[in-house]
Amino acid sequence: MRYLPHTDEEIGAMLEVVGRKSLEELFCSVPEGCRYQGTMDLPAPLNEWSLTDHFGELAEAMQVNHKYQVLIGAGSYQHHIPVTIGALMGRSEFLTAYTPYQPEMAQGTLQGIFEYQTLVARLLGMDVANASMYDGASALAEALLMGLRIEKKKTKVAVSRAIHPHYREVAATYLRPTNYELIELPVDKDGRTDLTGLADIEGLAAVAIQSPNFFGVIEDLTSLGQTIHDSGALFISSFTEPLAYGLLKNPGECGADIVCGEGQSFGMSRSFGGAALGMFACRDQFTRNMPGRLVGETVDLEGKRGFVLTLSTREQHIRREKATSNICSNQGICTLTAAMYMSSLGGSGLRELAKLNYDKAEYFKAQLKKNGAKLAYAAPTFNEFVVEFEKDFQPIYAKLQQKKIVAGLALGKYYPELAGKYLFCVTETTAKKVMDLVAGEVKS
Amino acid sequence: MKKTPGISGLIFDEPLLWEKGKAGRRGMSIPASDVPAAELPGELQGKGPDFPDLSEIDVVRHYTRLSQWNYGVDSGMYPLGSCTMKYNPKINEKLAVTPELATAHPMLADDVVQGNLQLMYELQQYLAAITGLPGVSLQPAAGAHGELTGMLIFAAYHRDRQSKRTKILIPDTAHGTNPASAALCGYKPVPIKSGPNGILKVQSIAEAMDEETAGIMITNPNTLGLFETNIREIAEIVHAKGGLVYGDGANMNAVMGVINAASCGVDVMHLNLHKTFSTPHGGGGPGAGPVCVTSELEKYLPVPRAVKDGDSYRLDFDRPSSVGRVHAFHGNFSVLIRAYCYIRTMGAANLKKASQLAVLNAAYIKEKMKGTLQLAYNRPCMHECVFSDALQVEDKITTLDMAKRLIDHGYHPPTIYFPLVVHGAIMIEPTETECKEDIDQFIEAVKLVVQEGRENPDLLRQAPVKAKLRRLDETLAARKPCLCG
Repeated sequence: MRYLPHTDEEIGAMLEVVGRKSLEELFCSVPEGCRYQGTMDLPAPLNEWSLTDHFGELAEAMQVNHKYQVLIGAGSYQHHIPVTIGALMGRSEFLTAYTPYQPEMAQGTLQGIFEYQTLVARLLGMDVANASMYDGASALAEALLMGLRIEKKKTKVAVSRAIHPHYREVAATYLRPTNYELIELPVDKDGRTDLTGLADIEGLAAVAIQSPNFFGVIEDLTSLGQTIHDSGALFISSFTEPLAYGLLKNPGECGADIVCGEGQSFGMSRSFGGAALGMFACRDQFTRNMPGRLVGETVDLEGKRGFVLTLSTREQHIRREKATSNICSNQGICTLTAAMYMSSLGGSGLRELAKLNYDKAEYFKAQLKKNGAKLAYAAPTFNEFVVEFEKDFQPIYAKLQQKKIVAGLALGKYYPELAGKYLFCVTETTAKKVMDLVAGEVKS
Repeated sequence: MKKTPGISGLIFDEPLLWEKGKAGRRGMSIPASDVPAAELPGELQGKGPDFPDLSEIDVVRHYTRLSQWNYGVDSGMYPLGSCTMKYNPKINEKLAVTPELATAHPMLADDVVQGNLQLMYELQQYLAAITGLPGVSLQPAAGAHGELTGMLIFAAYHRDRQSKRTKILIPDTAHGTNPASAALCGYKPVPIKSGPNGILKVQSIAEAMDEETAGIMITNPNTLGLFETNIREIAEIVHAKGGLVYGDGANMNAVMGVINAASCGVDVMHLNLHKTFSTPHGGGGPGAGPVCVTSELEKYLPVPRAVKDGDSYRLDFDRPSSVGRVHAFHGNFSVLIRAYCYIRTMGAANLKKASQLAVLNAAYIKEKMKGTLQLAYNRPCMHECVFSDALQVEDKITTLDMAKRLIDHGYHPPTIYFPLVVHGAIMIEPTETECKEDIDQFIEAVKLVVQEGRENPDLLRQAPVKAKLRRLDETLAARKPCLCG
């Protein structure tokens, strides 16, 4: 077996040193009752070429594959990924390193994360970003818990119903065994969060809004933030599509206290939803309440600039059960990937790409409308939008799938009140002719 | 530029991203627009972020140079205890980016993503076979996320029984994240001292366990690298009081095919795919921490899970007792692919052999080094062994000094100052993928460091002297945090 370097001779010599007669005898401290009876029921080993063939079969079994145009976003986006990312992020010096506990031999990872933290803070208009969370959903759950830690005496948090349904589910999972209450805030006829009932809720620690929200609608964050602050709660701003901030006002500018979301758009393939990247940032005064790892700048013995993991007194190996969170890793290579993507685009590139995405969606909306579809919401959108059709869309959906196009996401499963409506997403990867083809089918 | 980039040899200096570049450069192409420009209401528009503009080669050189300041398993031995830094096979990396699988959207209909669902279903089956626990969820994104999922299952189980439990037993030899994971579910950790030989006494559990305690979180083999011999008796006591047993499977690399977690009395266990199943650590992640449970607890696992109906696969959402979702989608799927590749490459016999060789390597190091460093507990070790710096006290040399000097000799230091039960702990986990010569060379390096410490202790206190940077001021970093450039 090519991963196991020991020859029989070496095994013999080593056993002699440790005073054992056989490999089995090394486990003499394991009681009989704990032992595995028989052999683990696993398939026979495959060599590199047979395994590759097997993956060929799995790939064949994917009816919708990379040759399809999948016009779904909903928290997982198709964007062009420059080939440099695969080439550089595949370097095993990055990939096969552990968490940078020995900073003198991990400056690559550490400087890379410091740069990531800085670019994310600039993107979101916040003071501090952490070294990342598991994904956008756990980042939201952690943001709500952080809000409750800051507002110690309060026991309620609220989330907009226009936040990604899976994110709300994860937040509910995290909060269920606690004594905290999770409240859902309604959506108005424009597809924006309705905060009119907010003033009646007492003891609210934090309110979370997603923008662009699950329906692609750009929320009026400035005005929502004002209402949330007037109610005495912290303002959490969530997102699934960070590219939008190339064009839109960032959450910091709109008054957010904590910002959390998903960074997959920045250089990662959709990969069935993971590995993902939970981006997380806050204002300075809340830094010590923030979950997750942080990298900070310092100097070495000779005064040279270097980077280390810092403020670990918030973390579980020191604070044990009083830690700000149980998270003790970050999404390592995904943070470096996002930073590399952001720096490859640059400020001007991010703006140009965001505008291109906006223009594409506006064009598609116009074409669909022209051909008889109705837009569900009047408010401005980014990348994504909700459409309803005069007649049953399913036959057209099926026909388009035969033409290698997955025409949107049916919303009924996630919002029963929106049954029959579809959420569409287009990006810079969607050609005009694909949008024209879909619009044409809608008309016929 | 005043300074030239050369430092020593071929290690280059490299500024921060925003200290480079010129406005107007671009490092990736953007397609030309094929649609008309549209207007966006002015009040929603922002200025766009203040990012540096760089060319493609600026970015490529930047990350190439950064990578050269890192040390990975591919660079050399990484005997970091508790972290299982084994070789990360290249074929796994190649297959993880198979376009059909890796570009799939996570919300597509089951019938069009059969390949991915088959992989998930089979991986669930394999992990069940390896642990002996039949119910598996692949959603948790890391070990600590698996622990949290396990504690959510504990809470759901007790809630179903209308049994109010407020405490949880956590031995001092358990993993560091256990107390925080339990606290998130409202459980107050009750610390349990390990016995004088480093393992738990049945008596300590019998005294602490009561009907207000949800159960125990036990790491086995524990963080001293010792097998908890009394685990079955401990599980019986916990079960008799209505509690559950959480097995932290972070150290599974020692016991694949050797123990059956279910026979040990474990009800819930997470596995670290980035340790035992060879997926790369990526400088901190992404990992994956699937959770395996008994058939009794299966109904509490997160939704959805992959199931098989006849010849096809689907995601099952219909589990009313489930704790709910813990991840936006299906966990770190790209990590799951790599672990799947590893298990298919190894098969049952090689996985067992891997555990045997991991234990052999650790036992060999323990035997060869026990005169050089003070052994914390002289018992048969599993996949790692723990020493202290007791023998170095008279030379006024600390564990930290020895660790830093090992860097100069070309090794990543072992885990230090953990577990907390050993003063100045040095925790060594070689893993099975290191061969005898490389281990012998490492042992020689440790002996050399100890000798250097005796003859010239300042050499150690100054170390490292050959790394890109000298020892870093962590106190300054914490006192005056600079977290953003």
